[in-house]
Amino acid sequence: MKYKSQQVAYWFFALCMLLFALQIVYGFIMGFARIGMDGLHDWIPFNTARAVHTNLLVVWLLTGFMGAAYYIIPEEAQRELVSVKLAYVQLISLAVVGVAAITGYHFNIWEGRKFLEIPRELDYLVVINVLLFLGIILATLFKGKRQTTTALVMTMGLVFAALLYLPGMIWFDSQVTDSFFRWWVVHLWVEGVWELIMGGILAFLLIKLTGVDREVIEKWLYVIVGLTFLSGILGTGHHYYYIGVNKIWLIVGGVFSALEPLAFLAMALFAVYMYRKGEKNHPNKIALFWTIGAAIVSFIGAGLLGFAHTLPQTNLYTHGTLVTAMHGHYAFWGAYVMIVLAIISYAMPNITGRKRHDKTNGHLAFWLSNIGMLGMVVALGVAGVVQVYLERRLSMDFMVAQEEVKIHFVVMLLCATMFATGIGIYIYEFIKYGRPTDEALTKNEEAVLVS
Amino acid sequence: MLSKSQARTFFLGGTVVTFLIFIGLTIYSMAPSNDQSNHQNITEQVIKGKHIWETNNCMGCHAILGEGGYYAPELTKVIDRKGAPMVKAILQSPIPWAPNGRKMVAYEMNDEDAEAMVEYLKWIGEIDLNGFERIVSPLAKDKIKD
Ligand code: HEC
Ligand code: HEM
Ligand code: HEM
Ligand SMILES: [Fe+2]
Repeated sequence: MKYKSQQVAYWFFALCMLLFALQIVYGFIMGFARIGMDGLHDWIPFNTARAVHTNLLVVWLLTGFMGAAYYIIPEEAQRELVSVKLAYVQLISLAVVGVAAITGYHFNIWEGRKFLEIPRELDYLVVINVLLFLGIILATLFKGKRQTTTALVMTMGLVFAALLYLPGMIWFDSQVTDSFFRWWVVHLWVEGVWELIMGGILAFLLIKLTGVDREVIEKWLYVIVGLTFLSGILGTGHHYYYIGVNKIWLIVGGVFSALEPLAFLAMALFAVYMYRKGEKNHPNKIALFWTIGAAIVSFIGAGLLGFAHTLPQTNLYTHGTLVTAMHGHYAFWGAYVMIVLAIISYAMPNITGRKRHDKTNGHLAFWLSNIGMLGMVVALGVAGVVQVYLERRLSMDFMVAQEEVKIHFVVMLLCATMFATGIGIYIYEFIKYGRPTDEALTKNEEAVLVS
Repeated sequence: MLSKSQARTFFLGGTVVTFLIFIGLTIYSMAPSNDQSNHQNITEQVIKGKHIWETNNCMGCHAILGEGGYYAPELTKVIDRKGAPMVKAILQSPIPWAPNGRKMVAYEMNDEDAEAMVEYLKWIGEIDLNGFERIVSPLAKDKIKD
């Protein structure tokens, strides 16, 4: 760590850990409800648990991206953040808005649009908060000594993510139009601009961890984000097949979304290739595991499992079933959760000045959570395929088919326990690192290695 | 070999071109002549139904048009499947509706709200879904004429 203001990132990461833990608790509530143990129904019905689970996920990932930006941008721009005080104001207001939204969900205060449940009144506060964040980042970047491609791509992702939030705030009378523009947020986020943020973080980590020349890494970064937008923008059509709009989307969405895995494949090849090419002497092996892991697992979760149901002929049967839930879990895990855990693992020794990165616990956390998540995804996948077959091919009633897949949720919960243990260890290690220290500023071995 | 500036041109060019096509297609599919949703049938009651649907987050358990939770029955064709009186009764039930053991929230809706909800679901049930309407609710399939 070279700049004192990078320490702000620590508090964003700490909020991440807290919200992630809560997200998992609500995941368990839903998992148990699905095997008939719904004792909490009167206080936390399934729709509350679901909204909390998915919104916490999105909020903590965004918090992680923000923390990553506060860590990366000073280092790339070679100057301190323009205002540390405002960054703390932004963090606290973000936490307050998030907690208010989540609390409201327990009292039937929400908007009932999947992933965009936050009420409009709070949306305005979100917008102000994000503007403040972008102001700090953009001012730092443009007052800085240099504007690297890595920093620009990441910032571009953050700015577009903010802009794309707006279509989700428009009110429509028609459910069809409502759904159409909901995807401008949900799809264009995860299969568009968030990939820029991921790509930026990935490039930064690869430059630091492998020591490969910046020019080479950044050239391929452009190719990757180029592929992302080329396929992802028109790929939005894969959500328009069966919601009551024109058939043209069957072709456009089918063709372009089928190309989307290419961007993830490129990302995986890029990470593995840079690792092979680089010097393998960076001491923070755990950060490297999470980084390369993110690139590979995102290809499997988003690329392969996305492709599995993206063609109109398949989606006709899988649309809105547990197959989607299976893909949603692995795609979010590989692409976004793992990259945030990677930057946290990388930043912690630098921020705190404590070199705990060679501990066995780190590896244990990585493997338990990854194997646990893979097991959950397989269980959901089996449940999904059985559901599609019974309900959509054999015309079985929804609830009768659900009874048949119950057993797979028992398996899912077992795997989820393993997963949660892994994450528990990760959070324990985070706490063990302790607070940021100023000695960390002087203990900078890495600086000689790469710039 | 590809240079960095060529890579940048690929990124910017590809983004602008596909984005413009995307906007074009959006305008095309929003055109009234391409409407598949019987937009003219969206009455005050249907709008009210949508409002109730949203303010109670029914989508957190149920899916509609194939979007939402996977915990409770898909509702796109529920009126065909169960009939309006039955749906109304479910919405007005004073105890959590759960004939198959999985609980819904007991909404105890008044007549007016329950009827608006039914009108909304009726409108949903008539949308042309490019073939999905025949798959999503097999029990209702036989009732579709064409
Ligand atoms: C907590 C989850 C939950 C919420 C929220 C919820 N439902 Fe349900 N609903 C269910 C479950 C579970 C069933 C099936 C019960 C059974 O068959 O055992 C059901 C059944 C139904 C049915 C009958 C469907 C059929 O095919 O049998 C209708 C209609 C319905 N709900 C409408 C609604 C509406 C409208 C709302 C919002 C105002 C809503 N539900 C909110 C869980 C929920
Ligand atoms: C990191 C990237 C990705 C993430 C986080 C992600 C996540 C999700 C989530 C959460 C949903 C459910 C959305 C909802 O119903 O509101 C979904 C749906 C879908 N995803 Fe992805 N996805 C990613 C990439 C991809 C890719 C690359 C493809 C295609 C190759 C794809 C194909 C699909 C399809 C077809 C659906 C609709 C499923 C349905 O009809 O029910 N996804 N995705
Ligand atoms: C203990 C671990 C977890 C359990 C038991 C769990 C369980 C569940 C359940 C039961 C659902 C609802 C499916 C339905 O509607 O029936 C769900 C939704 C979801 N969960 Fe999890 N979850 C866990 C962890 C996670 C993690 C770590 C992530 C992120 C990587 C995640 C992301 C999601 C997403 C994106 C959805 C929405 C899926 C969709 O709508 O298609 N969950 N989860
Ligand atoms: Fe998508």
